[in-house]
Amino acid sequence: MKGVNARALWLHLAVLAGFFALNFLLPEYHRGIFSRVMVLAVFALGYNVAFGYTGLLSLGHAMFFSAGLYGAGLTIYHLDWGVWPAFGAGLVAGVALAVVVGFLALRTTGVAFMIVTLMFAQVFYLTTLYFTTYTRGEEGLVLPQASRVLPLPGVEVSLTDPAARYMTALALLAIVLLALLVLVRSSFGRALVAIRENEERMRMLGYDVFTNKLAAVAVSGLACAAAGAAYAVLFGYVGSGFASIQYSILPLLWVLLGGAATTLGPIIGTLFMFYVVDTTSSYTSAYMLVVGLALILLVLYFPKGIVGTVRERWLPWLP
Amino acid sequence: MAAVTPLLMTQGLSRSFGGLKAVDGVDFAITEGEIRAIIGPNGAGKTTFVSLVCGRIQPSSGKVFLDGRDISRMPAHRRVRAGIAYTFQITSIFPNLTVFDNVALAAQRHLLDEKASRFSTHALQRQSMEALEKVGLISHAGKRAKNLSYGHQRLLEVAMGLALRPRLLILDEPTQGLSDGEIEGFIGLVREISSSASTVLLIEHNMDVVMALATRITVMEQGRILAEGTPEEIRASEEVQQAYLGSAA
Repeated sequence: MKGVNARALWLHLAVLAGFFALNFLLPEYHRGIFSRVMVLAVFALGYNVAFGYTGLLSLGHAMFFSAGLYGAGLTIYHLDWGVWPAFGAGLVAGVALAVVVGFLALRTTGVAFMIVTLMFAQVFYLTTLYFTTYTRGEEGLVLPQASRVLPLPGVEVSLTDPAARYMTALALLAIVLLALLVLVRSSFGRALVAIRENEERMRMLGYDVFTNKLAAVAVSGLACAAAGAAYAVLFGYVGSGFASIQYSILPLLWVLLGGAATTLGPIIGTLFMFYVVDTTSSYTSAYMLVVGLALILLVLYFPKGIVGTVRERWLPWLP
Repeated sequence: MAAVTPLLMTQGLSRSFGGLKAVDGVDFAITEGEIRAIIGPNGAGKTTFVSLVCGRIQPSSGKVFLDGRDISRMPAHRRVRAGIAYTFQITSIFPNLTVFDNVALAAQRHLLDEKASRFSTHALQRQSMEALEKVGLISHAGKRAKNLSYGHQRLLEVAMGLALRPRLLILDEPTQGLSDGEIEGFIGLVREISSSASTVLLIEHNMDVVMALATRITVMEQGRILAEGTPEEIRASEEVQQAYLGSAA
């Protein structure tokens, strides 16, 4: 863990330990929400690599999430693959797509980059609808419970069990969070931030800006695909809805809320947003109005997001 | 002079913007250890010329050689790694990062390329601090770069160039906007840089700085090289005086 300061490492381990303890403390309903939030937080963490650290505002990350989702889901449903190989297929699909889309989209910057990624994601979405025979489109596929068994050394874990599901989601979150913590403090991570700050200067310091950005998109796509593949095997549902524009905008909101370019921000942002929606929708059907208002207030008073504001005002060492 | 391969050489280097020939068939050579100044009136093509050398813009025609090797098709970032460092005419730093991080990004690039010694945080720290010490910014290492004074930002830019350990350091109007005291210090700094291995190519308007530093001077006008020689020769040249200083002198 070279380059990661001890305080930051302990804080991240403490957060993960907190999630571990909540498995035993939370009532069943909230434990279910937390499982889902942890998987979607991995999605947000992946998005943050591109958007927060590298400054690439993509509106197409739903395609990387759903590449993982379909990569795992279709191989289980149609080919009877086990959970591990299916998860692997999801990761490969996500990274491959990220490299191809990145290679083409990174020829543009700024608004054009937003539009190009959005268009690619729409193509992906429409493709999932076009092959309705295999994907069942919006209606989606429900993966059979019997296929959702995770073989570990000496024991077979059924992912339909809530505790197993929670722990699997936490394991994924822990791996991705700690990997990103190391990544953002590495020479590669510093180069990404510097590219965000001043691209031309970086080129004249001898950095290959395009390759670094492409690597960032690939890492980002990998994490998003991991979240998508995990979502398929943990919750047993694969549908086109996850490839729609809504799922490209959500990670942007989660990251903005929690704090762009902070490691813990995306987790806090996802959790916060999930509960705002959950709470308000139990009172009124116009809950999106309340969510919108909450977002406006946050952006007005905490433009750097929750963790971003904490870092700015009190804890400058936060990664 | 035929025996020595120049560090950098250009042949017929040209660049037009629309109908304007900003750089027009320039044959130029600089040998190792020189401090070369390029002077000329505004719009003479000085910045365009060095931008062609470091690869920021592509030539319309002509070639660039480093150590006799044709680098005309090499992208800018690889030219930097081959030893050509450029400091911007308009200050270009990472305003939100600390002064140390600004320099460390340059040192990191250089260290990652050294295959012999493995990249280490220790070496990064040491080389960055060395570069900051040379320009006298060591006491500002922890500050955010945007909070530095303008003069200090210019020096930070030079420190970033130094941390790349270049063979050719291109300084584009480095003293623009500096106070007299700062200019004095800057002259000493460039002398020190040049004595410790780097060749310096300097675009400069301040003639006192040019005369104090340059071993040779190249005069450009309307995209062409008008004259080239030692400071004494240039000072004595009538042609240069007419073009640059006005015929009154």
